[in-house]
Amino acid sequence: MQHVQHDPSPLALLETMMQIRAYEEAVAGIAAGGNSPGTCTSVGQEAAAVGVVRALAREDRILTNHRSAGHLIARGADPGRLVAEVLGKRTGYCKGKSGSLHISAAELGVVLTSTIVGGELSLAPGVALARTMTPGDEGIVATFFGDGAACEGVFHESLNLAVVWKLPILYVCENNEWQAFVRRRDTMPMAHVCDWAASHGLVAETVDGNDVEAVHAAATRLVARIRETGEPAFLETLTYRTRGHFEPDDQAYVDPAELAAWRARDPIELLANRLRAAGRLGDGRLAQIRARVQAAIDEAVAFANASPYPELSELVADVYA
Amino acid sequence: MSVITVNEAITQALAEEMRRDPAVLMFGEGVATKRANLVAEFGAARVRNTPLAEGIIAGTAAGAAASGLRPIVDLLFAPFLCFAMDEIVNSAGKLRYLSGGQFKFPMVVLAMTGAGWTVGAQHNHNLEAWFVHSPGLKVVMPSSAADFKGLLKAAIRDDNPVLFFMDLALGYQAGEVPEGEHVVPLGRAATLREGRDVTLVSYAKTALHCAAAADALAPQGISAEVLDLRSLKPLDEAAILASARKTGRVLVVHEASRLCGVGAEVAALVAEHAFGSLKATVRRLTGPDVPAPSSWPLEQAFVPQAEAIAATAHALVAEGEYA
Ligand SMILES: Cc1ncc(C[n+]2csc(CCOP(=O)(O)OP(=O)(O)O)c2C)c(N)n1
Repeated sequence: MQHVQHDPSPLALLETMMQIRAYEEAVAGIAAGGNSPGTCTSVGQEAAAVGVVRALAREDRILTNHRSAGHLIARGADPGRLVAEVLGKRTGYCKGKSGSLHISAAELGVVLTSTIVGGELSLAPGVALARTMTPGDEGIVATFFGDGAACEGVFHESLNLAVVWKLPILYVCENNEWQAFVRRRDTMPMAHVCDWAASHGLVAETVDGNDVEAVHAAATRLVARIRETGEPAFLETLTYRTRGHFEPDDQAYVDPAELAAWRARDPIELLANRLRAAGRLGDGRLAQIRARVQAAIDEAVAFANASPYPELSELVADVYA
Repeated sequence: MSVITVNEAITQALAEEMRRDPAVLMFGEGVATKRANLVAEFGAARVRNTPLAEGIIAGTAAGAAASGLRPIVDLLFAPFLCFAMDEIVNSAGKLRYLSGGQFKFPMVVLAMTGAGWTVGAQHNHNLEAWFVHSPGLKVVMPSSAADFKGLLKAAIRDDNPVLFFMDLALGYQAGEVPEGEHVVPLGRAATLREGRDVTLVSYAKTALHCAAAADALAPQGISAEVLDLRSLKPLDEAAILASARKTGRVLVVHEASRLCGVGAEVAALVAEHAFGSLKATVRRLTGPDVPAPSSWPLEQAFVPQAEAIAATAHALVAEGEYA
């Protein structure tokens, strides 16, 4: 797992959020051109991905949902192999068989991107169980899911089992106010998923999901607690999905004032402004980072475009072990 | 050889495999309560009771399998698999492929199926064909104590998810089981009777009904070959075709309903690849397309019995003679 990144400095957090943004905008652009299948972006939610993933250690494992690009990139995934996967190319993490919606990367400890909403919640206890039962296989499991998944039965089944079996899992609910095209408040009576989690007997916290430093601090605290006790914990990040559900999406169903209010709290701007105010980031430096990030993404897209498609014999390979 | 019941054969297989490989563990509703011998020998970490939540049981097995363990989960009655379809079909069955081969899913799902206990439709449903139709899964459904033991051991050692169905009526059926290491490879049919005139293809308890039908046909001068498929996926196509070519007449028998059942596959296979050898139409004898009734006589009428199998085989042979 050479690529897993650890630098938790605010500038590193900022740069990773910018990488995620640049990657997803590039992929959304490709999708808009009709040259790839659609994709689910996490634009506006980068702070949760970066804040949590950077609080994990090399040996920890990750299971995530359809908005996984942020988690993968925060973990150090190669954007070229990610774009290649989205385009169905042989050089992708899953040899082009996943597309954008199911990317896993064993070498990064990313066991699953589930596009069955809640699939990550159902597998997480097993991954954590294996960690507790395999000698020398330490580490915890972090699983990311949305408020929509939290309305499913499997959410409760997963938390309950993790508590009774004492499984080292950090549950991260990215509460982004949307469940595809349905407003969260139309499907659940309370504002916070955290209350449901707490009633299962876990330590459960809610954090400003657009403040990457706050997310990172909370995740670091909870991860330490999980390592110490072996018991699960829960973190809810309050955030907003500022792009559409599935690219392309004109967001005609979104209240423009609400969208504008959340865009004004953009997690990247929030941190950049904070660093600027503290005198730790100048415009020149920011432009430099932006250029570096964009160059890497351009290179990733070029790599993916130049990559070959899988051999047709791949169609029937890897079904059985 | 020793004579033991199917239930004892299953218990032996579980204990032997847990002894052989520390990565094997088992969980489910009441597993630790009902298999106290396993808890005593292997400890509470490897034999666990779970909440009443089939989805998370199967999902946890898939996650554990992807991470180096070899879980066996007991989901009790086959209809309860409906709660675990997503985890079995969409996760365990698909994620090896979707990941480009990065992960494997060595897990076994046990479930009881079939008529014989008058438990009614919500505890009795032969839904093996659903899983046969799901890529990435293997499906096993034995009829004898020896095969229960040998196939369960093979299923536990297999690196893929295996659905292992236990016909409810067979649990107390006794049979000879070889001592020591007895592993029956997945995907190979067993010939229960050799014959020349007609092939009876079946699995689970109706394979035994076919054997009884063959016994009844012999004095009437009809020599029936009986093939017990044992594994429905992988399916022993070579054995089916060889027997079809030999006898020229095929009757497929199962308890699950007819439409899109395993019998449809066997019939199509024979029609595609052994048509020239056929002396008569391929026939199917199956359970009706109704939920399983509880009342004993209705439940028995639901299952193809030896008399009906013998009669149909007789008619097939006659059809072949006058064709
Ligand atoms: C089991 C299942 N049902 C429905 C869908 C269709 N779907 C895809 S994403 C989504 C919304 C999920 O909402 P949430 O869990 O809040 O995650 P978010 O997309 O907001 O990140 C839905 C309904 C699905 N993929 N899986």
